[in-house]
Amino acid sequence: MKIHIKNGHVIDPANGIDRAADVFIAKGKIVGVTGGNPRGDGGTAPAGFEANATIDATGCIVCPGLVDLSARLREPGFEYRATLESEMAAAAAGGITSLACPPDTDPPLDEPGLVEMLTHRARRPEFSHVYPVGALTLKLEGKRLTEMAELAEAGCVAFGQANTPVLDTQVLMRAMQYAATFGFSVWLQAQDPYLAKNGVAHDGEISARLGLAGIPVVAETIALATLLHLARETGVRLHLTRISSADGIEMIAAARASGIAVTCDVAVHHLHLCDQDIGFFNPHARFDPPLRSLRDRDALRAGLASGAIDALCSDHTPVDDDAKQAPFDEAEPGATGLELLLPLTLKWAAEMKLPLATALARVTADPARILGIGAGTLAVGSAADVCVFDLRAPCRIGRETLKSQGKNTPFLGQDHHDLRGRVRCTLIEGHLAYDGAFV
Amino acid sequence: MKRNPQLNAHGELQHLITLEGLSREILSAILDTAEPFAEVAEREVKKVPLLRGKSVFNLFFENSTRTRTTFEIAAKRLSADVINLNINTSSAAKGESLLDTVDNLAAMQADMFVVRHASSGAPYLIAQHLAATGRSHIRVVNAGDGRHAHPTQGLLDMYTIRHYKKDFTRLTVAVVGDVLHSRVARSQIHALRTLGVPEIRVIAPRTLLPAGVADMGVRVFQDMKEGLKGVDVVMMLRLQNERMQGALLPSPQEYFKYYGLTPEKLRLAKPDAIVMHPGPMNRGIEIDSAVADGAHSVILPQVTFGIAVRMAVMSMLAGS
Amino acid sequence: MPTLPDATALCAQLAAAMRPSITPQTALVGIHTGGAWIAERLHRELGIKPLLGSIDVAFYRDDYHQRGLHKGAKTSNIPFDVEGAHIVIVDDVLYTGRTIRAALNELFDYGRPARVDLAVLVDRGGRELPVAATWCPQALTLPASQTLVLERNSNDGEALSFRITEK
Repeated sequence: MKIHIKNGHVIDPANGIDRAADVFIAKGKIVGVTGGNPRGDGGTAPAGFEANATIDATGCIVCPGLVDLSARLREPGFEYRATLESEMAAAAAGGITSLACPPDTDPPLDEPGLVEMLTHRARRPEFSHVYPVGALTLKLEGKRLTEMAELAEAGCVAFGQANTPVLDTQVLMRAMQYAATFGFSVWLQAQDPYLAKNGVAHDGEISARLGLAGIPVVAETIALATLLHLARETGVRLHLTRISSADGIEMIAAARASGIAVTCDVAVHHLHLCDQDIGFFNPHARFDPPLRSLRDRDALRAGLASGAIDALCSDHTPVDDDAKQAPFDEAEPGATGLELLLPLTLKWAAEMKLPLATALARVTADPARILGIGAGTLAVGSAADVCVFDLRAPCRIGRETLKSQGKNTPFLGQDHHDLRGRVRCTLIEGHLAYDGAFV
Repeated sequence: MKRNPQLNAHGELQHLITLEGLSREILSAILDTAEPFAEVAEREVKKVPLLRGKSVFNLFFENSTRTRTTFEIAAKRLSADVINLNINTSSAAKGESLLDTVDNLAAMQADMFVVRHASSGAPYLIAQHLAATGRSHIRVVNAGDGRHAHPTQGLLDMYTIRHYKKDFTRLTVAVVGDVLHSRVARSQIHALRTLGVPEIRVIAPRTLLPAGVADMGVRVFQDMKEGLKGVDVVMMLRLQNERMQGALLPSPQEYFKYYGLTPEKLRLAKPDAIVMHPGPMNRGIEIDSAVADGAHSVILPQVTFGIAVRMAVMSMLAGS
Repeated sequence: MPTLPDATALCAQLAAAMRPSITPQTALVGIHTGGAWIAERLHRELGIKPLLGSIDVAFYRDDYHQRGLHKGAKTSNIPFDVEGAHIVIVDDVLYTGRTIRAALNELFDYGRPARVDLAVLVDRGGRELPVAATWCPQALTLPASQTLVLERNSNDGEALSFRITEK
């Protein structure tokens, strides 16, 4: 199968391409990105290339398929909330071609058999590439180490705890030492479990007014201090997931400046929402970590733009209606995100007046680098994971339009959010995984 | 979404969920309406026929005999039929969801739900659910939700202050005790601000104050003696048993010594100061018996006024 | 447009009509707001012994379920023992009879009077209930679109006058 994507504007941050160009694909790989000369001609096909299919990307952006550092697929264990089929359709519709899934399944991803089953089930041409993050400790209990090397052979690309903390710092240090032995990276969320105990919202004016138990910013910074010191001590590659505060960003920047190998990401909702969006106890504004103050939100937006925060992820968490239609403190945290990652990234870029290439790097090349995979690029020879989207087309999020089984999002059905960016098609290794209008 | 969820499109009160965001006009109208209801209790027949044929469901997901009783008396004095339901939260957690329970009771032709729940925001969730399912004629009265609000308590406190002090705009009012966990304190502070009290003080150790308390428009005092100087009204808060020993406070004895209201500390307030407490009181912990039973105490009148205020709220909601 | 009744003159006529029936046990109850003003005047002119009563029928109105609670309800005040008393209910205008029905119901929640009479300044017809005044110095017919309102001059607390408003 040979595909010619013509007349589009190619943005490939990994290779510094940002111009009108055509993309040529053969046998599931990129074989050429050409064009963009001053005459505005289409690109020249590589010698002997004869397209079986042509995608007319006139007026569209052509970029590497998005790489998402956190998407809960809910398999195994929570199939009533979502299935691999529904969430993979959502990923493709969102232009996401690679995703990492956290280990908080039921049972958790703590033994090789489970990981093999998941990767086996996910191996279909129209499915995004799935990169499981293995459990760092058995059952995520923070007591005994998992067989990390075995898990890595089964397909795990990193090890973490999802949102469950390791209480015992001795276990934590040993887990990092063990991971460092094999060069595995460790992904952890920085939230002190004691300071966050019973908390459901950022500890500030809003939680005080609504009478919601608060989680102070120090819950993040104290945990960060612990993790950063242990990372320096053990030399492990540490990736900090879902940073939520301005103070947290500063600490990470300082740690980096002192030579600690650390990366971090932020969830896309935290770029756009803050604790004020809880409004009148809106359970869709409940997140883990919590939405923090406006000042924190602005720091996250700026930090991601400057590169102080490495990557942006959807933190996709499908939750069924029953678990959301409850009082705020009983509602489950999280929001569906696969189909919102691109429009919310574009919204952030537009509001920050960022070059599109910089914004797209945070959801393509940068997360691919953290994952240590060769995705997020249109370099010749790499897998033909491509997203073609219309930058200006309005994007309405409705229960019926969402392919994800999770309809839980604060952006549901609200035109005033003015979301733009509609995926026209998604290719995974040259396979048309999502067709949103033409071909 | 930013419209106050308890008001309808005409700005009329449909539910009573919180005092936050209600105008001075609405608060005053409730207090004014409560005045004639106070007289009803003195009649041969302590009842008016306003809510005849209406069904009021006392939906208590958290036990409180006292609050439930005051709502029950208020509803009965309005001639409503009252159905009391104590729904143990642990059994609710195992089986039926909150909204399933509500749907079931709504199907029994309820006209009003009086809701007490341990989670902040639960009554709002119920009101929102009723609206979304085309049953917004059913009124919701918040009888206390988590740490969020206890609007009828806040209103009866305002009624009491107005009864004894007439003019809100010259008062200094102190709220003393466990503000962090208190829905009563939040409702009091919102109402005092709206009614124009120029100085609202909050007196408590740091462990019993929420992080954003100063943003609520109050002056924070850690030293009770400092905070009580020259106040017109002292509003004591109840200290729950489980908070007395542990990481919030070392002991009831130490709390009483530094934050308990004694005759000596009360002497720092104005000579005609009134002392209030939402009950039930912990004598010897947050308040000395000599103060609770003393000349400044208006704690029992609060209870009496509470019935009239709840009658006013229920009759204003049910008839709109 | 009929000439407006003279409220002050009617008050005097009403007092004269009532005088023969007043006993030491007779008590007056004015209905808020107009009836209470008239009752105040009658109480003085007739030298009534028991303290003057007043009621606001807001809690007894039969239109509560349609129109909600009337705003600005006043406290009812019955400062004498209703049980066995002779009570005269005083109102400004008798119209549908619904207010009187509500007033009677309210009154009976204070006790069982021996006898109840009704005194009004104007009967404008349009009855919807079997209610009649014991004393009424003037009858008047008005279209349903008009309301007859009694007012009290705020500068001179004594002066009562009628005004017609369109609905």
